[in-house]
Amino acid sequence: MIDAAMIETAVTIILLLLLGAVAIGIVRVRGLFAAVVLLGVYSLLMATLFIVLDAVDVAMTEAAVGAGVSTVFFLGALWLTDTVEAPAKRRQLMPLIVALVTAGALLWGLSDLPQFGSPDQPIHRQGADYLASSLPDTGIPNVVTSVLASYRGFDTLGETTVVFTAGIGILALLRRRRGEGGN
Amino acid sequence: MRLDVVLRVTTKFMLAPLLLFALYVQFHGDYGPGGGFQAGVIAAAAIILYGLINGLGPAQKIVPVGLLEVLIPGGVLIYVGVGIAGMLLGDNFLDYNHLAHDSVHGQEWGVFLVEIGVFLTVFSTMIAIYYAFAGRRRS
Amino acid sequence: MIAHFSQIATIFLLVAGLYVVIARGNMVKKLIGLSLFQTSVYLLYILPGKVLGGTAPILDASFAVYANPLPHVLILTAIVVGIATLALGLTLVVRIKEAYGTIEEDEILARDGSKESVTDKVKIAGNKTGRGGNGA
Repeated sequence: MIDAAMIETAVTIILLLLLGAVAIGIVRVRGLFAAVVLLGVYSLLMATLFIVLDAVDVAMTEAAVGAGVSTVFFLGALWLTDTVEAPAKRRQLMPLIVALVTAGALLWGLSDLPQFGSPDQPIHRQGADYLASSLPDTGIPNVVTSVLASYRGFDTLGETTVVFTAGIGILALLRRRRGEGGN
Repeated sequence: MRLDVVLRVTTKFMLAPLLLFALYVQFHGDYGPGGGFQAGVIAAAAIILYGLINGLGPAQKIVPVGLLEVLIPGGVLIYVGVGIAGMLLGDNFLDYNHLAHDSVHGQEWGVFLVEIGVFLTVFSTMIAIYYAFAGRRRS
Repeated sequence: MIAHFSQIATIFLLVAGLYVVIARGNMVKKLIGLSLFQTSVYLLYILPGKVLGGTAPILDASFAVYANPLPHVLILTAIVVGIATLALGLTLVVRIKEAYGTIEEDEILARDGSKESVTDKVKIAGNKTGRGGNGA
């Protein structure tokens, strides 16, 4: 007997394995162009995984941002810089050790964490119950939107300001040169 | 690029549906997946696609640089303005309860306006970044 | 152990990103590694929000079990902020390329020709980034 929960778990595992494979590819590949395209594939897989995990809003954002816009920005940056990475000069042991020690420490702390997908995880038991209060308070069925814009409007104001600031910074760094190039 | 007739024609046909989809995502965000962030990125992606195929000049005819420089701070100002409007009506900052005749409608109005602010800032920032990269000459 | 497969996958992606950031000298590659790292954090937030057999947090009378919406909100904004800051990083890389003619960390440090200690090198590299920004 196969029930829906098992299928969801199985699809999640398969997508996570695919993500791991693409991540290995990103780490190992030398050409930057290939790495950027692989990163686009990675983002699309991630968006698919978000749909399986019921995060449809996040999936939509990740598909548009990760697989679409960020690939364009990376390719633009590659066009302005280099597409080939310099070959590694020395055998790098230290980064590998740092990475493995970090992984070991994180795996060591894993045993207390709740199981995937179980409804009695602490995250579902504590904090404000937005699912129950969204409709009476705001009349908006999509709880993500109501939390984003209403309950946590302050957060979103901050995030918008960060986007604004980053945009201003990029314009300040890249635009001035163009006027100079005209001289 | 002169030979890519298929790409150019397809892009022209796709631009309008993509922008329409972005608007749908924006205004249907209360009832389905979507909202200002997603819609902003999708609309920007439509303009960026047009710019990639047809060049920077035609894209800047659709969304001029001057307009972007108004929209980037404009979105944040709309957001803050909604918050201040709530304050003037006797609530806390970014509390929308008194924006309409009852609190539920007030919340819906507040969310609607705030999402428009988010949309404008995200949309114009993404396009401004693309213009900045595309308008730069290789060193 | 197998019960924690989701967290193990998150850790793997996180460590892969961390390794790229530390091991590779190419700055675009470092930013790619940073993106990997960032996406693993998205997973870290979204995975516990899922309830098996649940549905997306859009309220409807025919469903009773929903995923937790709060991580979705946090990550949704984080993705858009992430692309904005990533573009800022790429901009800095472009400026470094224009100032130094290379985006390899070793070559930039070699071009500075500094024989100081490692901390001084780091300080100089930091200053150089700033100067690249103002130099135009």
